[in-house]
Amino acid sequence: MKEEIIVSGRMNEGIDPYLNIWHWEIPIYLFLGGLAAGLIFFSALYSLLGKESQYKTAVKSASILAPFAIILGLVALFLDLKHKLFFWQLYTTIRLESPMSWGAWTLLIITPLSFAWVATFLKDLFPVINWDKSFYARMLRMVLKPVEQEQNWDWKYKIFRVLEAWIIRNKKLYAWVLIYYAVILGVYTGILLSAFNARPLWNTSILGPLFLVSGLSTAAATIMWMSSDHKERIMFSKIDLILIGIELFLIAHLFMGFRAGPEVQVEAAKLFLGGNFTMMFWVFVVGIGLILPAIFEVFELFGKKVPVFIPAILILFGGVMFRIIMVDAGQLVRYLY
Amino acid sequence: MRYAMAIDTKKCVGCCDCVVACQTENDVPHGYARDWIVERTDGTYPKLNLELRSERCNHCDNSPCIRCCPTGASHYAQGGIVVVTEEKCIGCGACVESCPYDARFSHPEGHIDKCTFCLHRVEKEQDPFCVSVCPTRCMYFGDLDEPGSEIIEILATRKWKVLSPETGTKPQIFYLY
Repeated sequence: MKEEIIVSGRMNEGIDPYLNIWHWEIPIYLFLGGLAAGLIFFSALYSLLGKESQYKTAVKSASILAPFAIILGLVALFLDLKHKLFFWQLYTTIRLESPMSWGAWTLLIITPLSFAWVATFLKDLFPVINWDKSFYARMLRMVLKPVEQEQNWDWKYKIFRVLEAWIIRNKKLYAWVLIYYAVILGVYTGILLSAFNARPLWNTSILGPLFLVSGLSTAAATIMWMSSDHKERIMFSKIDLILIGIELFLIAHLFMGFRAGPEVQVEAAKLFLGGNFTMMFWVFVVGIGLILPAIFEVFELFGKKVPVFIPAILILFGGVMFRIIMVDAGQLVRYLY
Repeated sequence: MRYAMAIDTKKCVGCCDCVVACQTENDVPHGYARDWIVERTDGTYPKLNLELRSERCNHCDNSPCIRCCPTGASHYAQGGIVVVTEEKCIGCGACVESCPYDARFSHPEGHIDKCTFCLHRVEKEQDPFCVSVCPTRCMYFGDLDEPGSEIIEILATRKWKVLSPETGTKPQIFYLY
């Protein structure tokens, strides 16, 4: 028998009896970041492929959610900070060794980029604004102005008009930059965890691609849900099915790696293979979040009528659960004691 | 210069004096501790082997906490001592997650706090306070780069181990056994 206990009564908050320094904020951010990365990715990708009119939801309407998802995610990240007023210290240095540092810089770049990208679609999506509603009108008048045309608004400031024209002119280049940063953002949500070698459950490089694919999958589900075009729905149903397949494949690899790994990783895998998180993970993430929506999507491909919001909600739910479970369980596994 | 500590587990009686001394010397907030005592028991009664260890930050040579700090608040001070600059720390918790020894905690004021090897004392060529107060004198503090120092002699003549060497952190607290 071997037993190691702390006898001096250490009870540091958030550390003892087990590590719990990251709460709900981090998984919520990881989810929103992954979702935004996926939405931006699909929007830029189908814009590059020249299918703006064919997949209008993917390129235009759904991508409007992306900047807001990022902003919400940033709010969650900010809430997680314990020394909040010093957050600007992130932007006084670039530390390549620290995933959180280059993640913060990526967010600083992709947030305005995504706002500018969706702003170029607004004239197409909302050609007419009701200037009568006083509250909205007053808010909108801060950046927009009414004009006497078929499309009854324009940007209030010249810089916006110049910027919009520039982005539309350089759409290809802009889309490539967006794809690049969207992939970094999506992978970063996983790398953030996998860089900690003190937490055996996170310390695997599969987490990067796994979180990226999961983020893309939640984005595809959102597009599918928002789209009213049957062809587009079927297309994103198919994309989602492929992504779910890759995700299941990566999850299998994750556990194969753990089982073949050092003792601490075997212990980490036990949490999911008989331990406390077994039901949570296999039922909520794999069952309800991946396999069930995949079955619904297969039904839909074969022409059965399934309300589209059911698989979409299940996938989004699975995405949130996956991140909550990974962050919670990861903090339970350690080297000592 | 490379400061290190050797702790004799054969002499330690687990009195917790180092824990209390640290809390007073460093104004550690109530309910927190920068160092702690671990009791390791091997075997089954009545055939038991007991080991007592006074543990704290290992001031690793290859510190994961310094690597993952996004602002550079965690850094090496003189002699490889790992310290946190409070005004640079944003309290993101990345270093807490990265430490295999759970040696860091979040100070109630928001920044991350940890053992500093009593840097303020070391600068005045005094020992860390836990070393000074130890009633059994089981702790040795010194410079590994200083030829002929007590700690070099002890590490050369005694058997020692470090905690979780498999994490690759190259800890600088050596447990004599």
